[in-house]
Amino acid sequence: MSHPVPRHPDGALRTERIALVDLLDRVLAGGVVISGEIRLSIADEDLVQISLQALVASVRTGLGELGD
Amino acid sequence: MTEHSAVWGYAVTAHHSPGRLAGLTGVAGQPARLVTGAGLAAAVSTVSLAEFGEQPLRQRLEDLAWLEATARAHHQVIEALPGPVIPLRLATIYRDDSKVAGLLAERQAGFAAALDQLTARAEWGVKLFAAGRTADPAPADQPGAGPGASYLRRRRHQLSALDRARREDAALAQELHAALRAIAAAAQLRPAQAAELTGEDGHAMLLNATYLVDDAAAARFAAAVRELGQRHGTRTELTGPWPPYSFALPGAGA
Repeated sequence: MSHPVPRHPDGALRTERIALVDLLDRVLAGGVVISGEIRLSIADEDLVQISLQALVASVRTGLGELGD
Repeated sequence: MTEHSAVWGYAVTAHHSPGRLAGLTGVAGQPARLVTGAGLAAAVSTVSLAEFGEQPLRQRLEDLAWLEATARAHHQVIEALPGPVIPLRLATIYRDDSKVAGLLAERQAGFAAALDQLTARAEWGVKLFAAGRTADPAPADQPGAGPGASYLRRRRHQLSALDRARREDAALAQELHAALRAIAAAAQLRPAQAAELTGEDGHAMLLNATYLVDDAAAARFAAAVRELGQRHGTRTELTGPWPPYSFALPGAGA
């Protein structure tokens, strides 16, 4: 898919890869919550916690594998 | 729609012709498409219940690789939508298109008002990190003072230097946030991210905030971030423009 033309030519520091932690913070804790028919019923706080714990664990593992 | 599928929602926008999303791929590699109603449109994908029903979804959300791929695909669709958008939270799933159309009709006024507030605006994330500090030189020992007294004196000096540094850090974060808040239409303070997540060991995150900024003020906003960082010798990080995840709800952010 071709990358859409940025709507904001003044946009300063676009990074090629958005940092996952910044993205997860927004898509998990932001956005409108509208109950759907199958809206995930665990509390939204749980959603964020589960994901952030997984992220931290993954980063720690990654750092360990890099060695010194 | 079958009994084995459901509808994943990305965002609500003003009405567009359905063809606008041609070629755009979303979660689970599914094409994104529009459901229209009440002068609005919802960007959606059809997904399987085998993967996106409540039970499998719970499990997959704990799988970081799946979560990352899904979050990026969700974001990619939202970013590609032209004009103001109201992003839906990740994992907002509906039974079928008619439920989605019904939602647009039911919430038309609120959505239209939110889209109006988000027009020609974008979200920008700002982080501020503490400067690396060299330790203040230890105080000279008093002649004739015993080792215990010398130790206590050095320790008091250390603690007061730390206290002073913390107060300076707080003042810096306050200064940056106040300057940016004055330029932005809305702001939200987020918790500082742990050093493990950012790889910024040794440089505490003093501010993690997100702002809704008029497009016309974006350059001035970026300049304000840079200027404070340069003036105080501290590192700042600006991300954006983001779709307005943090400001999608009316009144979200102060």
